[in-house]
Amino acid sequence: MATETQTPVAAPAPSGGVGQRAWLFVSLIALVLLALAPFVIYPVFLMKALCFALFACAFNLLIGYVGLLSFGHAAFFGGAAYVTAHAAKVWLLPPELAILLGTLFAGVCGAAVGALAIRRQGIYFAMTTLALSQMLFFVFLQAPFTGGEDGIQGVPRGHLFGLLDLNDPYAMYFTVLAIFVGGFWFIHRIVHSPFGQVLKAIRENEQRATSLGYDVSRYKLMAFILSATLAGLAGSTKALVFQLATLTDVQWQMSGEVVLMTLLGGIGTTTGPVIGAFLVVMLQNYLATTALPATVVIGIVFIICVLVFRRGIMGEIGHLLRWKL
Amino acid sequence: MIQDLLGIPPQALFGQLLLGLINGSFYALLSLGLAVIFGMLHVINFAHGALYMVGAFVAWLLMIHLGIGYWPALLIAPLVVAAFGVLIERTMLVRIAKMDPLYGLLLTFGLALVIEGVFRHFYGVSGQPYPPPPSLQGGTNLGFMFLPTYRAWVVVASLVVCLGTWYAIERTKLGSYLRAATEKPQLVQAMGINVPALVTLTFAAAVALAGFAGVLAAPMYQVNPLMGSNLIIVVFAVVVIGGMGSILGAVITGFGLGIVEGLTKVFYPEAANIVIFVVMAIVLLVKPQGLFGKA
Repeated sequence: MATETQTPVAAPAPSGGVGQRAWLFVSLIALVLLALAPFVIYPVFLMKALCFALFACAFNLLIGYVGLLSFGHAAFFGGAAYVTAHAAKVWLLPPELAILLGTLFAGVCGAAVGALAIRRQGIYFAMTTLALSQMLFFVFLQAPFTGGEDGIQGVPRGHLFGLLDLNDPYAMYFTVLAIFVGGFWFIHRIVHSPFGQVLKAIRENEQRATSLGYDVSRYKLMAFILSATLAGLAGSTKALVFQLATLTDVQWQMSGEVVLMTLLGGIGTTTGPVIGAFLVVMLQNYLATTALPATVVIGIVFIICVLVFRRGIMGEIGHLLRWKL
Repeated sequence: MIQDLLGIPPQALFGQLLLGLINGSFYALLSLGLAVIFGMLHVINFAHGALYMVGAFVAWLLMIHLGIGYWPALLIAPLVVAAFGVLIERTMLVRIAKMDPLYGLLLTFGLALVIEGVFRHFYGVSGQPYPPPPSLQGGTNLGFMFLPTYRAWVVVASLVVCLGTWYAIERTKLGSYLRAATEKPQLVQAMGINVPALVTLTFAAAVALAGFAGVLAAPMYQVNPLMGSNLIIVVFAVVVIGGMGSILGAVITGFGLGIVEGLTKVFYPEAANIVIFVVMAIVLLVKPQGLFGKA
């Protein structure tokens, strides 16, 4: 392509140098707040938000650091939820194995979808992922084990490692929190590893990365698989929290929701997707209590974000403070 | 008398082939519009399916509230959708014209949610019946199958419109401006042609095609706020298969995939929903740039 196009991410703010110590301090405060939160706020809401936050972080790994917009992440999120629900309910597996199976399934699906989708770029990549995830949607709709329109209901939460009874809301909450923190930390490690540096190089200039001798397709596929796997981890966890896996989680609207969470919070920022996820879940909870049609409001937020707020919340703050958040 | 082919009665085979051709008509009309918009605006219009739905709803509303029938609606509804398209292009798309095409996809995705949500809020999700005009009711017995007149009309009408669009773009003066502006907008602007107006016109015409398809669909499927959202994803797959480089390519791919889908319904109905996506996967493996795409 001859024309120069802007990357769909917030321009990296000039690094003014926020010390490692400040980061550690902020992370600790956030962790303490999250640990205290369930005693003040309804735990199910927090768990839902944390699952979506991890989902959005996984999605952000792809769009924020490789510049690939996947419009099909619902397939990994919802697909993993189905597998986990089935494993826990029918195969009576303990929760840790059920989550592991769901996550692995998402990784395998991610490898298949990613291998096909990375053969096209930009806008075609987005359309391809959307179409392939729609195919998986129909597969789940027709597969006998998913229960069609009813989904899989009444999934037992079980005992974590045979010890911790997850039917206790606080036990479940701290399990979800541990999974979220683990996933978040893992993504942070990926982004700040040499591997992550190559991903960012591909985002900035794919041709140059190729000319430097990097196998761009392999890096893209690896990133796609990692992102799908982590999205699956989020979906598996959500299936246990709500004891439910339904078509809602595999539908294309869900793929759109995770795009919105990331866009709202700030594409390519570390904390943005978490903030975006919390805000969107809060908005949906609020809209459920009013007569306003939720999709219309979500759609309007989408339009506003694209037209005037492309950096997202954390991206804008980072831009103002000249920090890299 | 034709014998059963592979155990399939000919009525079922030709009936599904016809249904496939009809679905293909819609794929062709919509993917054609997407290709034209992408060529000029570098935007993939996610709202194309929603605008197809709006076309059908305008026809239905005209009938319910004003007693205006099918034939006038076939002209009025696309014009209403085109006017709506002008509004969208002038107020929103123009602001993201120079940016990454992904923003266009996200913006029109939001737009599709809004349009669909509004119609769902006011009209629910149950379909509204829309009768075909009296002159197109009934059908003919061709001996090997029964051909409903309305279905034959849909195939013919969309073929004519597709070929007309191809002619307008490839063989007329306005079309040559359009193609020139797709390649080198600045240069064409410098030659005194109003490129922004041309862009608006292109978008309006392309979404009018979607509105036209919606009116065509109204008597066959029920008029439903969600009728466009599942269609648009299939059309995306059609676009990935065909590539957006060629108008005729989009039309051929659209009709061809409709027929493939129809045949799948006859021979292996379980896979009918996913066959187009499977074809897409195969095309991506064999010819990643698409059947008619430029490398």
